[in-house]
Amino acid sequence: MAKWGLRLAALVYLLFLLVLPVGLVFWRTFEHGLGAVWKQLTEPNARHAFEVTLKVAVLAVVLNTVFGVLLAILVVRHDFPGKRLLNAFIDLPLAVSPVVVGLALILVYGKFSTFGGWLADRGIQVIFSLPGMVMATIFVSLPLVVREVAPVLEEIGIEQEQAAWTLGAGPLQTFCRVTLPAIRWALAYGAVLTLARSLGEFGAIAVVSGRLVGKTQTLTLYVEQQFQNFNVAGAYAASFVLAFIAVVILVGVNVLRPKEGEA
Amino acid sequence: MGLGVGLATLYLSLIVLIPLTAVVWKSSDAGLSGFWRSVTNPEAWAALRLTVVASLLVAVINVVFGTLIAWVLVRDDFPGKRAVDGLIDLPFALPTIVAGLVLLALYGPQTPIGIDLAYTRTAVLVALLFVTLPFVVRTVQPVLMELDRDMEEAAASLGAGNVTIFRRVVLPNLLPAILAGTALSFARAIAEFGSTVLISGNIPFKTQVSAVQIFGQIESDNRTGAAAVATVLLIVALAVIVALDLIKRWSARRG
Repeated sequence: MAKWGLRLAALVYLLFLLVLPVGLVFWRTFEHGLGAVWKQLTEPNARHAFEVTLKVAVLAVVLNTVFGVLLAILVVRHDFPGKRLLNAFIDLPLAVSPVVVGLALILVYGKFSTFGGWLADRGIQVIFSLPGMVMATIFVSLPLVVREVAPVLEEIGIEQEQAAWTLGAGPLQTFCRVTLPAIRWALAYGAVLTLARSLGEFGAIAVVSGRLVGKTQTLTLYVEQQFQNFNVAGAYAASFVLAFIAVVILVGVNVLRPKEGEA
Repeated sequence: MGLGVGLATLYLSLIVLIPLTAVVWKSSDAGLSGFWRSVTNPEAWAALRLTVVASLLVAVINVVFGTLIAWVLVRDDFPGKRAVDGLIDLPFALPTIVAGLVLLALYGPQTPIGIDLAYTRTAVLVALLFVTLPFVVRTVQPVLMELDRDMEEAAASLGAGNVTIFRRVVLPNLLPAILAGTALSFARAIAEFGSTVLISGNIPFKTQVSAVQIFGQIESDNRTGAAAVATVLLIVALAVIVALDLIKRWSARRG
């Protein structure tokens, strides 16, 4: 009896918080057929938003994957004063409000700051343009690769790397032939999580992009703008695409996970 | 490798450390009294109070329902359980603005079930519950799976009832995980922006949370005021990270 009660309570909670709202939007999106959705998605501003989102996400994923591995190596393989502090700083982005991330970047790289002004004099615009959006995305997704790769690095130890060294392999060769194969699943998993986070970022991007329609508007910003402009169908269509990608990534991650144990 | 490590540190500094330092620096532009004025001005203060109270409520609800859902997913068995399990991660994967939109569809003015929460504080709470759902579930679940049932069986054979077994045997084992998940969901709720934007209506003194209030201050070029409230949020974030570290050490010592 108690078992049934607990099950019912858990499922009803999930039904009203998760299943019904998401299901309703899916249903509303396709209420007027697939053609209507396609029309919304191929509208010029929507297409442009796709492009911007993809550009920002790809750059952020590549940079965070490369530097994520370096940071993981730094945290696991090296000992230095202030290591615990560095560790805390790597986790910080998960707890910082996206809006604060945006504000932080504006304060350093905005045109009216010392450094931002110096960059602007050299023709480099960071805020209200792509570099700032990439930086904001990097900020919010920074810990994901590090936190996946670091434990695996810890686990594999350094014996194999040392063996490669004694056999005459250089640092790069050792990394490519020994370290990289060992961390590949963790790396893939971290990269996929980074991608999901990058595609979905809203708050930080909203602050640093200036929300210029047809210029710096990403898909999430497009969703908000369409909704505010009472084009609910457009907002739903773009939301569906974002949610669909999210679900694909979710399934992909679940496929990647068991392989980690096998490797 | 030395070069790589240097580059990684530079990367972290340019994107995370220096900008965050700039926020704290900027918040002290008008001195400590200026900082205090920015934080305690009625609108900022109301937003902070709502944010903290709502986040505490969200944390408490997550303790109960997060643990309950984890329990059902580990100890119970029913058709479709794996699908429900996969569903739990959805709030993490779904962009926050989509989360807000989705909630507004069911609990907004066009609600098909007759519950219109749009532009109320309850709506803020629901949005925060949505985005924080996975935290407690996903921290408690693995611990519950590892938990040896022998202890519970021993307690039962000694005549303990279900409630006693849960309170005296299961709960103490789950406590570190529950606390960690709760701290994470509290931190997330404090920081949340995207999911509350659409459904809360951002009414100052009523439904405006701090993240949205900061956003408004940035838009109206009051960067010092924005930085002051942002610094308060940063301190909370830092406190949660320290708390998590302590919980981890504490549970390692116990385990």
